[in-house]
Amino acid sequence: MNRATLADPPLDVARLRADFPILAQTINGRPLVYLDNGASSQRPRAVIDAERRYAEEMHANVHRGVHTLSQRATDAFEAARERVRRFINARSIREVVFTRGTTESINLVANSFLRPRLKPGDEILISWLEHHANIVPWQMACEATGAVLKVAPINRQGELDLDAFQALLSDRTKLVATAHVSNALGTVMPVREIVTLAHARGVPVLLDGAQAVPHFALDMQALDCDFYAFSGHKLYGPDGIGVLYGRESLLEAMPPWQGGGDMILSVSFTGTTYNQLPFKFEAGTPHMSGAVGLAAAIDYVDGIGLGRIAAWERMLLDYASERLSAIDGLTVIGTAKDKASLVSFVLDGVHPHDIGTILDQQGVAIRTGHHCAMPAIEFFGVPATARASFAFYNTREEIDVLVDAVTAARDMFR
Amino acid sequence: MDLKDLYRDVILDHNKRPRNFGRLDPPAHSAAGHNPLCGDKLTVYAIMDGDVICDLRFDGTGCAISVASASLMTEAIKGKTRAEAEHLYAAIHDLLTRADAPSPPELGKLAALGGVREFPARVKCASLCWHTLHAALQGAAAPVTTE
Repeated sequence: MNRATLADPPLDVARLRADFPILAQTINGRPLVYLDNGASSQRPRAVIDAERRYAEEMHANVHRGVHTLSQRATDAFEAARERVRRFINARSIREVVFTRGTTESINLVANSFLRPRLKPGDEILISWLEHHANIVPWQMACEATGAVLKVAPINRQGELDLDAFQALLSDRTKLVATAHVSNALGTVMPVREIVTLAHARGVPVLLDGAQAVPHFALDMQALDCDFYAFSGHKLYGPDGIGVLYGRESLLEAMPPWQGGGDMILSVSFTGTTYNQLPFKFEAGTPHMSGAVGLAAAIDYVDGIGLGRIAAWERMLLDYASERLSAIDGLTVIGTAKDKASLVSFVLDGVHPHDIGTILDQQGVAIRTGHHCAMPAIEFFGVPATARASFAFYNTREEIDVLVDAVTAARDMFR
Repeated sequence: MDLKDLYRDVILDHNKRPRNFGRLDPPAHSAAGHNPLCGDKLTVYAIMDGDVICDLRFDGTGCAISVASASLMTEAIKGKTRAEAEHLYAAIHDLLTRADAPSPPELGKLAALGGVREFPARVKCASLCWHTLHAALQGAAAPVTTE
């Protein structure tokens, strides 16, 4: 979705790279080639400055004091919420809950939305390629209630088997939860079809958008999912801040998850009146500087344009796929037709962990292991993969460095 | 840091052609080890004759460091007593973690693992088999993990 067109002007990557202070360094004597953006992306100066400005000029606790700083902090925090709302085209700020990240967003839904509704024999439907954050919270809900976790299969390309998915939807299905983009394989999931099929049976849908948000423009109203979770630190923003989008009618009916300050209107020992949305789900002092930084990251990304970012990343993906595939003994894991800009691969005779160390000596940072998606990786009969994941600040020259380093690793183990 | 210091020839050789690779059935002692960060999984099997470890094998999957370390370990330990094995276990621990560690002559080929110390993220790879051996000799039931 949201593929760029040829009319999009190309990115001035050299200029954009200068916005990222961390990229201008050497690692083990070589220029840093940062290809671990799927795990966490880097922050532009605009985000770092926004967080610092918040700390230097605005910080106090939000939603509490009558003093000027508290009002300033509240204004900044709520402006960040409105910025997120606009970015994802939610109907209202009442649908935008700040969390610590994707994982906490999913756990909020598991605990507040799902658990109270689950009865023994009820089902939750996920897919085979999910991140552990979109598996374990549902397993925990199942253990607590006697519900059953159902898993829709994928094919050898790493694409969802949509027919099997549809067949697994039943009257017992209480929630569908899938990735928007697979972190381990790069697969872009057919989320519109998933939402349509689930809604046809009256089943709400949660999408794990952690890997999608940096690559696509999002529109909650067009997507029509019921919950959408993502993190700031994969969107060039700070760590420790994330978002749960929830359909207002569902959030309204859900009990709070965590209790504390900020999520109440009044408290007495005979009872407590909960705050309105979205504050009902934000117990305790929130990550205010994180929210401000996230808003700055969204401004930054929107300033470049997600269409242009997608076009550049598509070029990087095509180039990396072509060059890596040409390495003798290398197999790409995850070859879906619609992929985000990452390449997972294995190399005959060289364990991914060794690839990771050898590449690091060349200044190249990649992720190695099971990517917190053990079922997806084991589906391909390998214990681990190496994964290079690209951002708009990466270049063809960096992919050349990657390819040379992988080739050197292969030769070392021959 | 030099890669050739980590991937010395003896390491590459034992990775490519691991010695004593395979399983031993009970009554062999065995223990499973797991490094959840990288997915390395090893099982170590030991046959005891009184106090002597008369056969030692391993199987599983892992990176070059973990496979070579396990292979070198089986070569070094076979025929040793329990006390000698524990002594080597301690010496290896020092070799992998202490910059000032002496490299006692009884380490033999195991000294090739000395380069791992310069790569802190890889120390667990080299030590997994040793923790697992320790557990097998202790008869521990629960799988060993590096976490």
